[in-house]
Amino acid sequence: MSSMTTPTEIPEVPAAEPHRWSYRHTRLVRVSHWINVVCMTILLMSGLQIFNAHPALYWGERSIFEHPILSLGAKQTATGEGIGVTTLFGHEFGTTGVLGLSRDGSGDLAARGFPAWATIPSQQGLAMGRRWHFFFAWLFVINGLIYALSALASGHLLRDLIPSREDLRHFGRSVWDHMRFRFPKGEAAKRYNVLQKISYFIVVFALGPLIILTGLTMSPRLDAGFPLLLDVFGGRQSARTIHFICAFTFLAFVLIHVFMVLVSGVWNNLRSMITGWYTVDQPGEPHE
Amino acid sequence: MSETGNLNRRGFLARVASSLGALLLGGCDRLSESHWFPRILGSAEVVNKRAQSAVTRAQSMAREYTEADLSPNFKSNGTDYPNDAKYQALAANHFVDWRLEVGGLVARPARLSLAELRALPSRTQITRHDCVEGWSCIGKWKGVPLAALLDRVGPLPQARYVMFFCADPMEGAENKYYESIDLAGAYHPQTILAYEMNDHVLPIPYGAPLRLRDERQLGYKMAKYIMRIELVDSFAHIRGGRGGYWEDNGYEWYAGI
Repeated sequence: MSSMTTPTEIPEVPAAEPHRWSYRHTRLVRVSHWINVVCMTILLMSGLQIFNAHPALYWGERSIFEHPILSLGAKQTATGEGIGVTTLFGHEFGTTGVLGLSRDGSGDLAARGFPAWATIPSQQGLAMGRRWHFFFAWLFVINGLIYALSALASGHLLRDLIPSREDLRHFGRSVWDHMRFRFPKGEAAKRYNVLQKISYFIVVFALGPLIILTGLTMSPRLDAGFPLLLDVFGGRQSARTIHFICAFTFLAFVLIHVFMVLVSGVWNNLRSMITGWYTVDQPGEPHE
Repeated sequence: MSETGNLNRRGFLARVASSLGALLLGGCDRLSESHWFPRILGSAEVVNKRAQSAVTRAQSMAREYTEADLSPNFKSNGTDYPNDAKYQALAANHFVDWRLEVGGLVARPARLSLAELRALPSRTQITRHDCVEGWSCIGKWKGVPLAALLDRVGPLPQARYVMFFCADPMEGAENKYYESIDLAGAYHPQTILAYEMNDHVLPIPYGAPLRLRDERQLGYKMAKYIMRIELVDSFAHIRGGRGGYWEDNGYEWYAGI
């Protein structure tokens, strides 16, 4: 992978090597990765804060308040007890303590969509939530653009992200291996495997643009400038719903991603995303 | 690695993750309460405004809908019935005695009755109302284009903003709702002072006798219960200095997103 970097950028190979070292991630990939971690965490949590201002989702141009797709609310039982209720496609679920009704900073039960521990700021505050969201949305977009353009220019996209025919032939095998927590070893571990390639590619080039565009479709000024946005996403409320689904798809991706990092050699993975260097076990092979 | 080593490591990672979470939340809350950090975050508002102005035409029109799209249950947000004796007296008499004052940096200040406003050119539009909270409703509005009113009073060259002073008290009788838009927005064809909604006289929960429609911004810009319009060169010295009631409470002056 040394072709991914300029020679000056490569730090000294750590001494006393029991394994073989491989320079796995360029500085640009590493820096943009960690900026993304910050941006996506803040965007998700400030997004939930904004959602809490009206914790319901609709389809189409307008909100039909009587028929939300999803709504998080609080109710009182016959005995006067407060309960949190999540309504999805007309079906009600009790979600007291987490969704609809949860404990605020002072420990009292309060009616709110997502709980205090999931939102930025933790207290109800739409204006502040919007400030966090828009600032980090710009950072996310700029960071993503720099990453995507350089991936294209450097060949990272073609070489490391787009699966080859050879990769795709091993798709079924790779799924089966992942399910048994068997991960590529040796030379193969230096590169992204086919599942990584496909998921990273979809997240960067499909999910990323989709969440940005649906976010922008919520802007009345941009809807006036680009009415096509409304047609593509089926209206402002649909766009808001898709934006919400994208956010949780991102969350699902991150959870799986972190899980895979944990089970496939956490320190090696973390080191390679911080310093760039990754070790590959090659028992039986002489060290260089 | 031994089994216990694995467990310890797992426990350690879990502790690190939860501590990081607590640190993140606590840190973000403290930053939100600081004086300086929200101002840094707020710099995105300028970027939003510049970027959106750069990529859309100044005269781009908000989508207009059909009667079939009208919201069966348009949400009235904010004030439903201003708790103000003077307003309530005007309402009791169907706003016959109400006069819209137009002043400030204008050549010909005016006081206009509803009948006089209705005699001016009118525009009818079915548009989507987007609340900052996230919901949208579609309504039909008829009113006088703000441009027509401005032509009548003649803004002075130094005028930059149109201020709307309203009848609804927010926190205390003196702290009434107010808003402001810039002149470019004021002259936009869809910017109207509405006196009718869905073919009826504008109902009180929606801002009777007169409210602003500015279809390319969020709902809080569209002042209801307008009593006085003033043209100014700056709003820095007016009330909280941010150009509107919600702006004084932390919301962006630019509400195009």
